[in-house]
Amino acid sequence: MSLQNLLSGPPAIVAAGVDVFSEALRAQGADVHDVDWRPPGFGDPADLAALALDPRRAAANRTAVERLMAAGSVLVDVRPAREVIGLTDRTLLHSGPPLEWENASGPMRGALVGACLFEGWAADVEEAEILLATGAVTLDPCHHHRTVGPMAGVTSPSMWMWCLEDPVTGGQAFCNLNEGLGKVLRMGAFNEEVQARLRWMRDVLGPVLSKAVRGSIDAGNDPLDVKAVLAQMLQMGDEAHNRNRAGSLMALRELSPAIVASGAPSSDIADVLRFIGGNEHFFLNLGMPTAKLALDAARGIPGSTMLTVMSRNGTEFGIQTSGTGDRWFTGPANTPVGLFLGDYGPDDANPDIGDSAIMETYGIGGFAMAAAPAIVRFVGGTVPDALATTERMYQLTLAENPAMQIPIMGFRGSPTGIDVLKVARTGWLPQINTGMAGRVAGTGQVGAGLVQPPQQCFEQALAALAEEARTA
Amino acid sequence: MSPSAPSGGDAAVSVQLRSGVYADSVKLMQVSRRIGAREGVSAVLVAMATPLNLELAANMGLAPEEPTSPEQLLIAVRAADEGALAEALADVDAALAERERSTGTAAAIPHRTTGAGLDELSPESPALAIVSVPGQYAAAEAADAIAAGRSVLVFSDGVPVEQEVALKRAAHDAGVLVMGPDCGTAIVSGVALGFANVVRPGPVGLVAASGTGAQQVSCLLDMAGVGVSHVLGVGGRDLKEEVGGLATLDALAALDADPATERVLLVSKPPAPSVAAAVTEAAGKLSVPVRSAVLSPESPDLTAAVEALLADMGLDVPVWPSRPGPAEAAVPGAALKGLYSGGTLADEAMLLASPALGGIRSNIPLQPDLDLGTDLSAPGHLVVDFGDDALTVGRAHPMIDPTLRLEAIEALAASDEPAVLLLDVVLGYGADPDPAGALVPALTAARERRALPVVVALIGTEGDPQGWSRQADALAAAGCAVFSSNAAATRYALDLLGASA
Repeated sequence: MSLQNLLSGPPAIVAAGVDVFSEALRAQGADVHDVDWRPPGFGDPADLAALALDPRRAAANRTAVERLMAAGSVLVDVRPAREVIGLTDRTLLHSGPPLEWENASGPMRGALVGACLFEGWAADVEEAEILLATGAVTLDPCHHHRTVGPMAGVTSPSMWMWCLEDPVTGGQAFCNLNEGLGKVLRMGAFNEEVQARLRWMRDVLGPVLSKAVRGSIDAGNDPLDVKAVLAQMLQMGDEAHNRNRAGSLMALRELSPAIVASGAPSSDIADVLRFIGGNEHFFLNLGMPTAKLALDAARGIPGSTMLTVMSRNGTEFGIQTSGTGDRWFTGPANTPVGLFLGDYGPDDANPDIGDSAIMETYGIGGFAMAAAPAIVRFVGGTVPDALATTERMYQLTLAENPAMQIPIMGFRGSPTGIDVLKVARTGWLPQINTGMAGRVAGTGQVGAGLVQPPQQCFEQALAALAEEARTA
Repeated sequence: MSPSAPSGGDAAVSVQLRSGVYADSVKLMQVSRRIGAREGVSAVLVAMATPLNLELAANMGLAPEEPTSPEQLLIAVRAADEGALAEALADVDAALAERERSTGTAAAIPHRTTGAGLDELSPESPALAIVSVPGQYAAAEAADAIAAGRSVLVFSDGVPVEQEVALKRAAHDAGVLVMGPDCGTAIVSGVALGFANVVRPGPVGLVAASGTGAQQVSCLLDMAGVGVSHVLGVGGRDLKEEVGGLATLDALAALDADPATERVLLVSKPPAPSVAAAVTEAAGKLSVPVRSAVLSPESPDLTAAVEALLADMGLDVPVWPSRPGPAEAAVPGAALKGLYSGGTLADEAMLLASPALGGIRSNIPLQPDLDLGTDLSAPGHLVVDFGDDALTVGRAHPMIDPTLRLEAIEALAASDEPAVLLLDVVLGYGADPDPAGALVPALTAARERRALPVVVALIGTEGDPQGWSRQADALAAAGCAVFSSNAAATRYALDLLGASA
């Protein structure tokens, strides 16, 4: 052993702990860097040590990060959920960890009711509620089907889905089509306006997009590289969770020729282009399955303490880690803090909801806040706050993703791969940007803002990972 | 601007549309929130007149009556009375006109972990970490350093031994060194870490499973004009069975490969025999000569080990600096009272004195039947290590905080048992900036009350911040006999007891 790095010359010192040693080193003129150390935010000391010393951890996390970063995402198809994921009759997918109707929040109930009406399983709200309350309709998390859905995430068999593929692993991930803003199903609204839009999406938008995507590929064009669009968005003021303006425009630009060439009636084409162009969150439903592909590629690596899922169902927040596979760690969802539409206020907001925190799990969204200073104003913050948020997230993550660069940080890669151990040690929770749904079913969107996961998800995950480490 | 009439009720309402004004939606939401928080305002919507926003306005009963276009700015406010409404509208204008000022730079985010701190350093330049957080949390910080390919000195005590073993195995695999835990000294390329002295650079490398032992040896090498290349403190447990010399073996190999190191001295308290054998075997295979300064009943003297090393190098042994102190009458039959801050120095004193005095009771006894328990003022020969973990719970090391030892001196002053007091005073970085200043009043007071010869082993160098001579003179002026060698100090104390070995 040479230890060259140790004995080759006067070393710089990183000092964690009592000040007296740092002071003595400074007195010698040494290059001293103090750590602002404090006791971990949570976690049993023996658990923290077991994980810190788990010989599998470093390599496992390296593998997880490599797989996450290597994963690509191209748009290969648009098909109904019934075909894509074999979604059977009387089954609805929802966002977040598993959920019972009794515990479902207002917007989740609204969306589930709306989907029953849309599918024609119920003639009215009362009938839909009976179906749902008696278990006649099966509920299952999107995440159990390689699927993600924003807000309520409710996906029914007739809804069309983006089908994305990772060219590296051949993995697939799916997401329904974004309905736009305001009174929409994913925010818990289900009135006739919502139903009419869902029917139009089923009868016009879905088929046109399907023909466009397939037609373009059949004509010999490369499939749309969605990951590349994500990377470009960060250069254009989007963080790809709460701000998708540039991404939506780029998607419109990329899809337009094939939409026009789809052979659909020109009035339908006009409606489709107008719909996409008028929805600045249109791209979110392409970004989310892109993140999902990458995180699925990093699943199930024994010893890895990296998060693969952060997700909320409006009642609970749930996380999964690579080292603990499909196991959920849940806690009560927090209510976001932010700005409200119109007359709505904090009392109108539902607790945190949606699979869209997959963006932060992937290292963008709230983690790339510095790329989208406009977003920080949702909580009355400043541009320095945006930079500080991203800076802080680097201390929670395992790597910097060179594909997702943040211009204002000198094109530093976004902070990627949330490490449960680092979350515990720093006591800092992941920062998530999110929309806010109305607490009452049928309300729709009431605002947008920032939120953090409940700490207890991470407490449970830490204990479970430590248990795995001890028995490995 | 086109104010509309109130739409009903007794509240004051204004619904305006402005053309040629644009603000983004976030800004407008902030304005709405600010106005909505005003006293007397019950509803407000400041937004571009998009269909969605018009619907929101309609739901609030604030729909404009005239035709609109999405490029127009809608300002709709309902207030309790006309006065509140006028103030609210004026505030809308003020809010829209406000500019944010920003430097565009982030406040520095503090590094919360050793890993985050190391991340900032250039991978090419030499660096290491020093960890002195509570022992139960030290493993994670040290593991950060190992993962970053950096060596680490763990100063913390109370690190579970199985964590020490795991850290040292991981460090070995990563090609780095874990120094410590619980042996807070190292000098790496002239940089003194933890408790360490200002020692001239030289050809001798030390591997030390003993903190104060390493300080004694390195200070004597400095006084002999030799100096050290590096001092690698490997932790007080490294040569015990559980740890098996993991760091000692790696440190020896590192010094073997170091061009600045020509000779190695291995300093330790008594090791486990099996580990000692393995280390001796490994040392024999190195190209650099390794001499042992491992304490045992057969080799009880660190100063002698240094002198033997000087002989190896063909150098004369100097006269080790001392201050003889006053002429004291011998007090045959008196008790030896050794009050130490350094564990290895306490061990050395006991090993040297036991053959002449018989069993010496201690909180770190040479054999279990000599355990002192908790009575630090028990009669008879005793040596107390105030640096032992049991006496440092909730307080700083006695090299920093002299309180407990001063209390023991006061107790001795009040006792009438004939005694000779033997102390160590350790200088250097990390230690009390003026230990003599703390001791002299207590010693002077004690010597005024009773006959009490005081012998001090003063471990340090002239280059130390406290200065060996300055401290020695202050102690000598208070009537202490002062020695730079702990072995010499111990032998002088035995002389005073009439018990020379």
